[in-house]
Amino acid sequence: MAFNYDPYIRSGKLPHIWCPGCTFGIVFKSLLRAVDSMQIPKDDIALVSGIGCASRLPGYVDWNTLHTAHGRAIPFATGLKMARPDKKVLVVSGDGDATAIGGNHFIHACRRNIDITVIVLNNFIYGMTGGQHSPTTPVGHMATTMPFGNVDPTFNIPALAKGAGATWVGRGTAYHVPALDKLIVGAVEHKGLSVLEIINGCPTTHGRRNKFRTPTDMLLWMKETALPVSAFEKFPAEKTVGKFPIGVLYKGEAKEYSETYFAMVEHLQKKQEGRGD
Amino acid sequence: MGTLKLLQGNEACAEGALYAGCTFFAGYPITPSTEVAEYLARRLPLIGGVILQMEDEIASVGAIIGASLAGKKAMTATSGPGFSLKQENIGFGMICEVPIVVIDVMRGGPSTGVPTGPSQSDIMQCKWGTHGDHPVICLTPAYVQEIFSETVRAFNLAERYRTPVFVAYDEIVGHMRERIEIPDKGVLPVENRRRPTCSPSEYMPFDDTQGDVPPIADFFSGYRQHITGLNHAADGFPVNASPRIHTDELRLLRKVEGNRKDIIRYETVMLEDAEIVVFGYGVSGRSGKSAVELARAEGIKAGLFRPLTIWPFPAEEVAELASRVKAIIVPELSLGQIVLEVERCAKGRCEVEGIFRVDGDPITPDQILEKIKEVG
Repeated sequence: MAFNYDPYIRSGKLPHIWCPGCTFGIVFKSLLRAVDSMQIPKDDIALVSGIGCASRLPGYVDWNTLHTAHGRAIPFATGLKMARPDKKVLVVSGDGDATAIGGNHFIHACRRNIDITVIVLNNFIYGMTGGQHSPTTPVGHMATTMPFGNVDPTFNIPALAKGAGATWVGRGTAYHVPALDKLIVGAVEHKGLSVLEIINGCPTTHGRRNKFRTPTDMLLWMKETALPVSAFEKFPAEKTVGKFPIGVLYKGEAKEYSETYFAMVEHLQKKQEGRGD
Repeated sequence: MGTLKLLQGNEACAEGALYAGCTFFAGYPITPSTEVAEYLARRLPLIGGVILQMEDEIASVGAIIGASLAGKKAMTATSGPGFSLKQENIGFGMICEVPIVVIDVMRGGPSTGVPTGPSQSDIMQCKWGTHGDHPVICLTPAYVQEIFSETVRAFNLAERYRTPVFVAYDEIVGHMRERIEIPDKGVLPVENRRRPTCSPSEYMPFDDTQGDVPPIADFFSGYRQHITGLNHAADGFPVNASPRIHTDELRLLRKVEGNRKDIIRYETVMLEDAEIVVFGYGVSGRSGKSAVELARAEGIKAGLFRPLTIWPFPAEEVAELASRVKAIIVPELSLGQIVLEVERCAKGRCEVEGIFRVDGDPITPDQILEKIKEVG
């Protein structure tokens, strides 16, 4: 039976703002299927975003939703989580939002290992403002602010997240949809800071300037370039040139921040009661 | 009888926050405001509250807005350069009408300036720091006891008007120790925001048919809502090029400007027959009070107007004074900011003279007395 998205979509707020050929709609539906499969009540989940095309996603979802300032979703989400540690808090962000203007918040949330899921929709470009290069725009690619080809080196988002202390790191694509559903479940179920990078395509401001003639070409590029992490790790280095791994890339163990904080609170309060003051 | 304590201004601020029901603080270390965070770090965990030292000033405001949206009374504290960084998310708090309290312990500037010196040069930053038109409530206590009571009032105003509220005081009163009385619970009023009574399906977070201050629902309370920093309709969703933007921005201003009588507080000393008035807030108001007493001892008809609310500005009160006095003297620890507002309201009906100082020392009563004699 086809999945019924209606209970989750604020249908009165459609049509969405995304361009024809944008892959964010694929991710949007995957997110709804994944969270539905986990049976999280709609009142018990918040979706927080910053600014950019990806950050418009929360407006279409019938949860507690918060569309904040550019790069700042994670601090707002941290406030929500620490105020209500019993609830699920998700962040949806873009490559510029999460790793440029919001880079400091991103690495510090990873360091704290607070129980928030950060989903980064990486489309390699600033789409909403018309195609300026972002920290993930491949070197050599055309962007409106790199009209002679990008010379600005890139971030590897999963490596950044792992290095900063995130305890669950994954990567999926808008092409590998059944796998994406499972990755989102894994990220949301994980206790601690989880980062899921999702490779997306922006045909309007990136693809057509960079030899992707159609939106389909961008999806085919994902199909041909992504390798399951198990295969990626087995192949000799020369066979993985130009490829990227997808799947769960890293799982670590560390204390979760809100749990540690409130354990301290409980301990202090017990000690205080014991003293009788 | 409450509890008597010897406290520093910044500690009294923290006590005021606790009295008002603050259970959430997020901040970033900065001189001369850090003691607010340090004091709350020792106290908040004991009552189940949250203290967060965030990665920067920007994140601190983001975190307290998130906490407030989840129903907590939340605060941050900072000083000059940190206050500049906070402006972005403060604007979010204003357009999304989120109750928060922001403490600014003013130090010299611009930039790093004089971290350990007093200043009153953030007062226009309070008014115009974040971009766009927006309502501003800013309280300016001058005594340690007042820092306590005005911090309580700041929380009440934030809850009542559903908006960020500033408490701005200078480094001198922030670090000064004075005896204060912390009243017993229930002596000072403590208010809570109006929450919706309608069903979740009927709830609209910015429904102006509910009055200028629509009820605010907590996240995770069953009232699923969308909050955005874009201009928004009554239901919280973005609107673009709509007459709604104009009427809603007017409502935001009106909920503060239309309630001036409720928000504006000030102290006056011997104004009835005054010919020369000192208009001073914070530490400069304290010097002003001494100067007025010295002048009266010499037979000069001087008086004091000391605002505890600087924004909204006590415009009607200044206009009334200007119509019947010879001169208004404005001492301030800047090169002339609030004096412009006094001039604007005086409309040339009396002389307006500033005394400005930015060398790290306060304006002394003698300095003010000299000016009183000069204009007299």
